Amino acid sequence: MSPPNEPKILFDKVWDRRVVRSETADAPAILYVDLHLVHEVTSPQAFAELDARGLRVRRPDRTYATLDHSTPTLPPNGDGVRPYVTPDAARQVTALERSCEKHGIRLADWDSADRGIVHVMAPELGLTQPGMVVVCGDSHTATHGAFGAIAFGIGTSEVAHVLATQSLMQRKPQRMRVTIDGALAPGVTAKDLTLAVIAELGFGGGTGYAIEYAGEAVRSLDMEGRMTLCNMTIEAGARCGMIAPDDVTLAWLRGRRHAPHGAAFEAAAVQWLALATDEGAAFDKEVRLDGSAIAPMATWGTTPDAGLPIGAPLPRPRGDSEGRALEYMGFEGGVANTSHPIDVVFIGSCTNGRLADLRAAAAVLRGHHVKANVRMLVVPGSENVRRQAEAEGLHHVFTEAGAEWRLPGCSMCIAMNGDFVAPGQLAVSTSNRNFEGRQGKGARTILASPATAAASAIAGVLTDPRPYLGVDGHG
Amino acid sequence: MVEPFTTFTSRTFVLPQESIDTDQIIPARFLTTTSRAGLGDFAFYDWRYDAQGKTKRDAPLNQVDTQTCSVLVAGDNFGCGSSREHAPWALRDFGVRAVVSTSIADIFTSNALKNGLLPIVVDQATHERLLADPGGRVTINLEECTLSAGNEPPVRFEVEPFARRCLLDGVDALGHLLSHTAAIEAFEHAHGLEPRHD
Repeated sequence: MSPPNEPKILFDKVWDRRVVRSETADAPAILYVDLHLVHEVTSPQAFAELDARGLRVRRPDRTYATLDHSTPTLPPNGDGVRPYVTPDAARQVTALERSCEKHGIRLADWDSADRGIVHVMAPELGLTQPGMVVVCGDSHTATHGAFGAIAFGIGTSEVAHVLATQSLMQRKPQRMRVTIDGALAPGVTAKDLTLAVIAELGFGGGTGYAIEYAGEAVRSLDMEGRMTLCNMTIEAGARCGMIAPDDVTLAWLRGRRHAPHGAAFEAAAVQWLALATDEGAAFDKEVRLDGSAIAPMATWGTTPDAGLPIGAPLPRPRGDSEGRALEYMGFEGGVANTSHPIDVVFIGSCTNGRLADLRAAAAVLRGHHVKANVRMLVVPGSENVRRQAEAEGLHHVFTEAGAEWRLPGCSMCIAMNGDFVAPGQLAVSTSNRNFEGRQGKGARTILASPATAAASAIAGVLTDPRPYLGVDGHG
Repeated sequence: MVEPFTTFTSRTFVLPQESIDTDQIIPARFLTTTSRAGLGDFAFYDWRYDAQGKTKRDAPLNQVDTQTCSVLVAGDNFGCGSSREHAPWALRDFGVRAVVSTSIADIFTSNALKNGLLPIVVDQATHERLLADPGGRVTINLEECTLSAGNEPPVRFEVEPFARRCLLDGVDALGHLLSHTAAIEAFEHAHGLEPRHD
């Protein structure tokens, strides 16, 4: 721990207040976990481990479960039967229902008005708060770092550790600050910023680090945009990305169900704001980007760092991996990837399945129609998002344009619930990974923002959305 | 309980691609399981089987005998992507005991160490030598943290000391955490983190 008067960074302030046992040469620190989020896919073996050892869940009140990864996004049939992709997928859900029942864990089950993708749901409910340590058996857990929490993904063995002890063994990572100066240009969104940051850092560039995002472009983002940015931190190899709490954070949290209320909120707010990195505090590494230079971005390869401004010529391969990526994608080096017919457009996921994302897509799509032969799927990130979107009539914008409007879930982002991109098809997707086969065996994925995805659905090719928004992209 | 990890000698097999992600190691559609057993059948599934599920005869992975070749030498940034522990479960069940690369993703490393799969990061020169010699014989000594290949002097590698101890002794971290229950309880009390009854 640092001496009391030394300037400290956000990560260290949160870390230090949750260290049960300090790290030594022989053993990592024991880190206390404030909030443990659980879903059906990475938890069954952890609950089985507890059963095998005769252990109970130590803090069911700090554990919250949902169904999202393998769950169908189509409604039940007339007999109330949900269209699970396999009997195994249904068994996973039953297993989680049983485990939650047995251990007294709150579960946003099928009948819950709160159910949603774990990283959409928890912030909505005010479960995620500044200064917390938040973990989940999911690599996109860094999403919660948008609130000034240390949030990171863990494996199933560690899920069992947290279930049984509410703590984890962790070594403190190196700390990196990524500062994005300047204001984003009109029509440039948090997802474009995110893809630009990952392109700058490289796919493995954050390995071993926790990242703090700072600078004018980050401060100007709303909470949803901040969550998009932190969400994809793992795509640069860093487990944890975070942003200091400020008035935007407080405004989001005020009045949320599980956030403190009244005087307790005001007292907490003072502590939360004090978590911000002190002037003069040192990071292990600093990276700076010019936010005003960022244009709408899309990927061309099979790693998330393969991002370029839409319309820019793709790189000529310098090595085997770039050559292999171009070949898999069916793109050519030296020319832009804006003339290849799109087969599928997917809007959703823990990266871009929030209300602001659906509004951005609808703003582009309103009054237009999805190009013939393009299949467009819009999947809200949670039941709350779905209700709000429907209250605003956004679902009509989507369905009238020819898109499918589905029930909440991870859906085509991870393609394990029956929603997938067919072999060889080209998708523009607002999700987080463009790995070979990520969206289905042989599927080819271009990652982009909700606005870009919507514009591409209309044009049938990868398209800069700014003309649809009345924004001049070349000013 | 994991078996104690001992010094062993094996041949290597090589996957030179960079950034082999967890979706390649085990595609997400095979994660609808409630067990950790038997996932070796799905290891690198889309590299080993075609769209109809038929074995790709020309796929190098289908020629690998992990009985004799249990050390995977892979391109940079191995194991990137998701937190699925199914990735090391699948590799271990496929017969892999160690992965050698120039960098290995953080969460994959943490998961692998908990499952008797040793992630080994080596310098570029060593990596290039190993990549150029598929099927070469290597000896991995976890007590000394060395990897020896051919006539070259042994190369040292780093393993997080606690994870190394767990591997050598065949114990896991949960037992250690449980032994600190009193400290965890005291921490909760001191920081006002006890269960609220509201």
